[in-house]
Amino acid sequence: MMIEALIAVALIGSLVVLASPDRYAAQLALAISLIPVAGSLWMYSAFDGAGNALLGGDIAFETGPITWVEVGDYALQWHMGLDGVSMPLVVLTTVLTTLAILSAWTPIDERQSQFYGLMLLMQGSLIGVFAALDFFVWFVFWEAVLVPMYFLIGVWGGPRRKYAAIKFFVYTNVASLVMFIGFIALVFSLDVTTFGLPEITAALEGTGPTPLATAAFFAMFAGFAVKVPIVPVHTWLPDAHVEAPTPVSVMLAGVLLKMGTYALLRFNFTMLPEVAIEYAPFIVALAVLSVIYGALLALAQRDLKRIVAYSSISSMGYVLLGLVAYTVHGVGGATFQMVSHGLISGLMFMTVGVIYNATHTRMVTDMSGLADKMPVTVGVFVAAAFGYMGLPLMSGFAAEYFVFVGSFQSDTLPNHGMALATAIAMFGIVVVAGYLLFAMQRTMFGPFELETDYEIVPAPVRDVTPLLVLLGLVILLGIAPDLIYEMIRDAVSPVLENGGDL
Amino acid sequence: MPAEQLPEWTALAPAYILAATAMVLFVIDSIDPDSDNRNLLAGTAIVGTLASVGVATWFLLAWGSGTGPGPTITLFGEAVVVDGTSLFFTVIVTTVTALVLLASYDYLADDPHQAEYYSLIILAATGMVLMASSNSLATVFVSLELASLPSYALVSILKRNRGSSEAGLKYFLIGALSSAIFVYGISLVYGATGSLILSDVAAALDEGADGFEGLLGVGVVMLIGGFAFKTASVPFHFWAPEAYEGAPAPVSAFLSSASKAAGFVIAFRVFVEAFPLDVVAAMGVDWALMFQVLAVVTMIVGNFAAAVQSNVKRMLAYSSIGHAGYALIGLAAITGGNPGHDATVLGASMMHLLVYGFMNTGAFLFIALVEHWDVGRTFDDYRGLARTAPFASLAMAVFMFSLAGLPPFSGFASKYVLFLAAIGAGYWWLAAVGAVTSALSLYYYSRVVKALWLDDPIDGTPRVDSYPRGIYVAIIAAAALTVLALPAFGVGFDLAETAATALFE
Repeated sequence: MMIEALIAVALIGSLVVLASPDRYAAQLALAISLIPVAGSLWMYSAFDGAGNALLGGDIAFETGPITWVEVGDYALQWHMGLDGVSMPLVVLTTVLTTLAILSAWTPIDERQSQFYGLMLLMQGSLIGVFAALDFFVWFVFWEAVLVPMYFLIGVWGGPRRKYAAIKFFVYTNVASLVMFIGFIALVFSLDVTTFGLPEITAALEGTGPTPLATAAFFAMFAGFAVKVPIVPVHTWLPDAHVEAPTPVSVMLAGVLLKMGTYALLRFNFTMLPEVAIEYAPFIVALAVLSVIYGALLALAQRDLKRIVAYSSISSMGYVLLGLVAYTVHGVGGATFQMVSHGLISGLMFMTVGVIYNATHTRMVTDMSGLADKMPVTVGVFVAAAFGYMGLPLMSGFAAEYFVFVGSFQSDTLPNHGMALATAIAMFGIVVVAGYLLFAMQRTMFGPFELETDYEIVPAPVRDVTPLLVLLGLVILLGIAPDLIYEMIRDAVSPVLENGGDL
Repeated sequence: MPAEQLPEWTALAPAYILAATAMVLFVIDSIDPDSDNRNLLAGTAIVGTLASVGVATWFLLAWGSGTGPGPTITLFGEAVVVDGTSLFFTVIVTTVTALVLLASYDYLADDPHQAEYYSLIILAATGMVLMASSNSLATVFVSLELASLPSYALVSILKRNRGSSEAGLKYFLIGALSSAIFVYGISLVYGATGSLILSDVAAALDEGADGFEGLLGVGVVMLIGGFAFKTASVPFHFWAPEAYEGAPAPVSAFLSSASKAAGFVIAFRVFVEAFPLDVVAAMGVDWALMFQVLAVVTMIVGNFAAAVQSNVKRMLAYSSIGHAGYALIGLAAITGGNPGHDATVLGASMMHLLVYGFMNTGAFLFIALVEHWDVGRTFDDYRGLARTAPFASLAMAVFMFSLAGLPPFSGFASKYVLFLAAIGAGYWWLAAVGAVTSALSLYYYSRVVKALWLDDPIDGTPRVDSYPRGIYVAIIAAAALTVLALPAFGVGFDLAETAATALFE
């Protein structure tokens, strides 16, 4: 019942905040959002799951399956539970939401109660996405994330917010429809009586790459690729990020993109491993393309936020590479990268937001020498950037190391193809280092200059606090990756037995 | 006292309560014809309707509390029947009526015809409840007229408003024509089978139509025409945009939700009970095929026409035609050979009408609120309303997303279950058309949300000078029902499916 309790707190909290006056909304939302943080941390400490939730493992905090609606031969069930893959993502969701709410105190200065209400609504839905083990329930939560996001971008965003919000909404909704049709077609071909994900996975085991399974695989892959996003369906992301206010960008990059990779892992790579391996060359090519092309796009940007936004595409390419490797460190590293990237990119967006609050510009060419004026903020930005580049003892290093080790060893492609692909993808890191160092050098160091005439003062404590907390988490996971990597490995091993080799 | 111990005649209590309320309103009006005591008139109407909602819900839950279908009570020589289906639709009709009455309190504050308005609404609701219980083609026709005649007057109740009068006239003319077609259809069916009681018609058909197949076929087609009018389905949908747009918004809500549901319950009962598909299809009268065509055309016409409107109320009118198309799947996907599948499809359609009743009523009541403020009717006039009326705008966003079938809301559940049931019955292409048109509908529904929440007002903030309590309560209640119908969906669908199963027995 813990999962339901967390979701209920977030949803009821969102209504309470929505009805509260604007003046107290921020404080109230922060206080309410701390309850899910405490709850999820307790769940983490009491986590007793083993194996993969879809492949017959011991599911932690399981409720159900309780039949909700029976339609003809199919039962829609309420079925919730966590395993080693979803547990870290739930903690990531709750922690990032709280920090994002804190980081919203400065930039959000109108319609606060609505803003914070929607943030909590999104949090509740996100927990549901990661915890649901029935397709129907999962899809309800999956789509429920979109609605608050649409408003958060469209109401509180930048000048082109309406365009960005609608583009986001249309892209992801069409993607959901494609995925939905693919999955439903697949389920109807099976001999199952529920939409429970474990049942469907069991029924699919060993069926091989039939034409229908292949079609369903690609429908779902296309649907999730938009969410991740994978090149070439990434174009909504920079628009959404640039227009979204900082706290919303944090949630978008930190958690919403992980919905896509999480769903890829759960649906495509766990349920249909034969198809994934059959079409591995194609998927690997997309992964490498995303890494390199995303990094090159970031290199070409002049807007700090766009740089960070495009760099997410590159990082998500690593996740895809790790998933298709079908090795413990590959799939495990990909999952670890989801969490790590959530923390680091959230941190980067927050830092850019704090800089923007002071300078009112994000253009690289408009500023230089900020380190003098905002030492703490710039220090955190530098640290985060190094985390992104994969500095050892930070989570980014651990994540990318795992992915590379895993994909290097993989033999999903013949003739050491995976090793070759990994080698190419590694160049992405060089490009990442290039654009981040270049941007930092121009904006933060050198003589102080600012095109916009604003007095630059060090950021207030409430803006810096979330930065430091996140940085602490990034370093903590870098020093002790086993805090979550152990449970992740435990949960992904059955996927490999099902599909690839260990 | 458990409902089972009540005498049989009380089974029609929801209808009796409504009729009595209408009489009380007449008495009040005849004692004091010039009264404009809104509290007394609206209060009486609302109390009476809520009592009817309560009794109907109580009966329905009692009916469905057993394991199988509950008892079927027939009254007046089998002309009237009370079973799960009738109670289910009684709940829909009375709930919508209660919401509409609540909103009318403010909307019609300045209207001189208070007592007339409330009694007409209650009378029409009585007719609709009787439609749900009709078990003979004669009662079907009488109750249909009892529901229709007050509706004509209600549409044109704003006598000095040209749009309202025009709408009333159009509605009346098309209504009269379709009534004539309908009653002619009844006479042909009577000619072919020699009976008006639905079960007797079925029994007569079972023994063969003795060369009257052609007569029967023409009669059935004419009946379908009558239903298409009442449910605003293609090809008898032309009146709907006009009538809904010209009528006072609460009346539009009433007609597009309650009246449509009542039209559907008649169609469900008549076709399932009187013309068993396996029997009549063998005679060449395959009404399921006709409904398939109608469903596809209605879904397409309604949704595409809605997409090009600039007037929000007209857009909702076309969307309500589109939703008639979804509900028609309930009849279109019946196979006749597999009672289990058929009951699932029909139950899913009933559930969609219930959920649709909540969300569509809410949407039209939001229009009522906007008309009350008098800020305009087009999408552009709605821009920026969320700043001055956030709660109503939030509720409207819920209605729009739910009507579009977006997952966190009950509209998704009902469409999902409906399409799933259609696929289960083998009609995957009906579900495909439904899914594609639903995706399209998101475009025009989200335009409203975009105007309310994202767009800046064109010239200054919209003038919102009052927050009428009645309309607000009604809108918030409709929004709450729309949201809560998702967790409670299983319970509702169970009832609907059991009720549909009883129809097929």
